[in-house]
Amino acid sequence: MTTSEVVLDVEGLRMRYGPADVLHDVTFRARRGEVVCLLGPNGAGKTTTIEILEGFRMRSAGRVEVLGTDPARGGEDWRARVGVVLQSWRDHGKWRVRELLEHLGRYYAAYATETVARPWRADRLIAAVGLTEQAEHKIRTLSGGQRRRFDVAVGLVGRPELVFLDEPTAGLDPVARRAFHELVLELAAEGDTTILLTTHDLAEAEKLADRIMVLDGGRIVADGTVAQLAHQIAGEDEVRWTRDGQRFARSATESTRLVFDLFKRYGEEIEDLEVRRASLEDTYLSLVRQAEEAAR
Amino acid sequence: MSPTATAWRAGWSRGLIELRQSFTNGADLFGHFLWPVLMLVTTYFLRNVSFGQSGLSLGALALPGILGMNAGMSMVSMSQHLTADREDGTLLRAKATPHGMTGYLLGKIILVAGGLVADLAIFLVPGMFLVPGLAFGDAGAWLTVLWVLVLGLVATLPLGAVLGSVFVSARSQGLIQLPVLGLIAISGIFYPITALPEWVQWIAQAFPVYWLGLGMRSALLPDAAAAVEIGASWRPVETAGVLVAWAVLGLLTAPFLLRRMARGESGSSVAARREKALQRI
Repeated sequence: MTTSEVVLDVEGLRMRYGPADVLHDVTFRARRGEVVCLLGPNGAGKTTTIEILEGFRMRSAGRVEVLGTDPARGGEDWRARVGVVLQSWRDHGKWRVRELLEHLGRYYAAYATETVARPWRADRLIAAVGLTEQAEHKIRTLSGGQRRRFDVAVGLVGRPELVFLDEPTAGLDPVARRAFHELVLELAAEGDTTILLTTHDLAEAEKLADRIMVLDGGRIVADGTVAQLAHQIAGEDEVRWTRDGQRFARSATESTRLVFDLFKRYGEEIEDLEVRRASLEDTYLSLVRQAEEAAR
Repeated sequence: MSPTATAWRAGWSRGLIELRQSFTNGADLFGHFLWPVLMLVTTYFLRNVSFGQSGLSLGALALPGILGMNAGMSMVSMSQHLTADREDGTLLRAKATPHGMTGYLLGKIILVAGGLVADLAIFLVPGMFLVPGLAFGDAGAWLTVLWVLVLGLVATLPLGAVLGSVFVSARSQGLIQLPVLGLIAISGIFYPITALPEWVQWIAQAFPVYWLGLGMRSALLPDAAAAVEIGASWRPVETAGVLVAWAVLGLLTAPFLLRRMARGESGSSVAARREKALQRI
């Protein structure tokens, strides 16, 4: 992330279906090479947001720039720079894995530059997503996890600058999920591709993302790294200790400070000290709870 | 090569791949053979039934008509392909690919037109041995078959695309079949149209199916057979005129409707349609 080129720039995004606002005022930016996760409970507006950025859905209001272009007006050249992996594809069931990947890659050949060869070679991509053994299989015979990894391969075949992954691991078993996470981390490690993914799984967000945005009730209620998010919530660390045989417990944001004060005041009288850090899960739940209370 | 040219080439190979697929799996093969075989059986039973004083067998009258009917049916299959591809996300995939819609549509046209030519051959080759009295040896006849077929496809495929973009679900696609079958029944395919009431004849003449059948009969039947047609003539000029009119209508409306349909496609619209389809089951 040495370069600071803004790839996603969203300001005051609103989406309204009939009388109901689905997105109120979504504002965020993402820079080249960042892995940004849009986290939120079901119905928070994650898919709506990502579909607007993909150029598949018209917004009601606000400014949106994806790779410097308004996705509502993004032409075919813009489309060639964006990779899309949807929640669930069932298409092209009769095609074979390599056959479809090679076919879809052909459309990107015209977008190759001197520095960037396009598309990816099908075999290389198939190996990267771990489907070498299934390369000649019909797509409809793939398992859920294989199919999802194949969809990622399709999303990447044109070597996009920006990839959208919508709930990429929903419905995957733990093994497939792990294989998928490794794939995303590998891609992220190369550092050229910006990734925006949505999930309602906190552990997944924590594992994959450089930055997490929590979307709830159509608003971004938090935006930051995992550490920043954990810090953002007040009074969440729990400190327990014993003094004179009596047990104490207190919640504090500044738990280090509290412990320091305790020792300064009581010195060796403090026993059985325990500091439980707020987990990201606590942070997340508390964020969502706060947002829901505010909406009431 | 420019992106558009690449997409045309990709679309071409896409059509060929899907055409090959449709002849290498059981379900599609069944579809390819079902109609031609049913039609051959019909023709077989009609081969010795003569029509009035014309001296022609109904079989000889029906065979060219069936060719025309099949060409007309490619409208339905185009429409069904579009609906199915919209439902399973194929269309959205095309939309997510640069110039993917161009490649997709070209591929579909090649698939449907190529499939039709194959279906016609499956029917025609045995049919030639079944029904005597058709002008199969005449090069002029084949030339007429060719222009009627090509013009017919230009008329019906865009219409199929229009229907496919207007009717959203596979179920409503089933509803299209009914009027089309009704239209075939009144279009003089299996029995000369002059035997029907005049107002029915007018309805039939408004649609391409009748003219496709007429054009095929004009190619393959002896000239004397024109006696059983409306106005006792093959009316080639009118045939071309009506087919061109439908072609223009389709080509003018299809791009607009297809664009409108494609605009509405997104991951959640595909998911919502699937949800709905599952609820029905």
